[in-house]
Amino acid sequence: MKFVKNQHADDTLDLVCRMCPLHLMEPGDRLKCLKKGQVLEVLTDYDGALEDISKWCEKCGQELIGIEEGEDCYKLYIKKVK
Amino acid sequence: MKSVYMDHASATPVREEVLETMLPYFDLHFGNPSTVYDMGSKIKLTIEEQRAKVAKLVGSGTEEIIFTSSGAEANNLAIKGVALAWQKKGRHIIISAIEHHSVLNSARFLERMDFEVTFLPVDAQGLVDPERLSNSITPETIIVSIMHANNEIGTIQPISELSAICRDRGVLFHTDAVASVGNMLVDVNELNVDLLSISGVSLGAPKGIGALYFRDNLRLMPIIHSGIQESGRRGGTENVPGIVGLGRASELSAEELGEKISHLHELRDRLVVGIQEQIDQVKLTGHPENRLPGHASFCIEAIEGEALIYMLNQEGICANTGSACASKALKTSPVLVAIGIPPDLAQGSIVFTMNSSNRIEEIEYVLEKLGFVVKKLRSLSPVWRKKYGKQKSAKKHAK
Repeated sequence: MKFVKNQHADDTLDLVCRMCPLHLMEPGDRLKCLKKGQVLEVLTDYDGALEDISKWCEKCGQELIGIEEGEDCYKLYIKKVK
Repeated sequence: MKSVYMDHASATPVREEVLETMLPYFDLHFGNPSTVYDMGSKIKLTIEEQRAKVAKLVGSGTEEIIFTSSGAEANNLAIKGVALAWQKKGRHIIISAIEHHSVLNSARFLERMDFEVTFLPVDAQGLVDPERLSNSITPETIIVSIMHANNEIGTIQPISELSAICRDRGVLFHTDAVASVGNMLVDVNELNVDLLSISGVSLGAPKGIGALYFRDNLRLMPIIHSGIQESGRRGGTENVPGIVGLGRASELSAEELGEKISHLHELRDRLVVGIQEQIDQVKLTGHPENRLPGHASFCIEAIEGEALIYMLNQEGICANTGSACASKALKTSPVLVAIGIPPDLAQGSIVFTMNSSNRIEEIEYVLEKLGFVVKKLRSLSPVWRKKYGKQKSAKKHAK
């Protein structure tokens, strides 16, 4: 997985403290509100989300740009491809 | 025997309209809202409709309401949920000394987990001093919890003034509004709070349902872990009949609140004046004006509250000595201690909490029986005889 820094995002989805498997349900809903090419930032403190979201992007045809390790959470950047 | 129920702070009867709305959700619409087939997904939509009704009652956004099992759980989620989610920012919590046990014991639990807790004192009428709150906030403070209205003494706190202090200092503010929602106008934006607890019990909904308002996607660590229910913030299959009941009760409360408040004012004022005229050495506890409309609380000298409740019960009157949770503990109420009531006077605590269903004739009945019961108990009291002698015990009741 690629690490990124200061990645621009068009919207943020804060999933910190929220229970599994919300991280596999809410990004899809939120991406529906974005245009193709826009980037969604997903904040999560759940380690399992790193692998799950990567696989979810592959399966759904979205692009996982990369990840940044924040102070209290991970930040994952998903580009809306379709 | 006549029956008069004046302990609505402990429980209200489920309203007929509420029960009617709930019943189909026990059998006809029994499905699990997390399932994807129509039977479940329709119920999920019903839950969202109820969320909107609760949100409307307190002036919040629909997504800012989490359903819980009670007001106590809402208080636990607010205090523990914020403390655990924000502990990297700081580990200091401030609560008032007269909070409900669900706030008090949540804070004590966190103390055992090395959080620091400040218990703010209150004045003789039960009010928190804004300056004292301001001076208690440190860079480590993450949340302040001060109840909107106290269930034992009825005092209403100046919440918007207190919450403004916290907002200026970047500290989250929670208020336990279990006693006030349904009894007075409660608006989360006017109060300027980040979290607010609600209970179905105060609204004519059943026991076992409550809600927490949390502002704008605020991070909260769940305290009940399970799956995706309540957007992953509160696990466990939803109590659908309870949620439907709370939604309907919220709707009715919003429609009827103005009328209810003026009715309760009339009842309460008659009761307060009547008791003070009729009984010697009685003290109204809490704030004389800034108090819940249907709430009248007193300490009656040389009377044992438990005996008083027992004898009123024999006359068909249900009242309480304090909070329902604490009334069996045989311990001086911490709320009465906090407002400086001497322990011997605090023993004679009695709380009447009224609702729309109460009538002025019931107040007259309570006044008649209370006078009789107090006279009888005092005639047996060595404390009363020693202090006031024979002539005083007979005074007003001889009228």
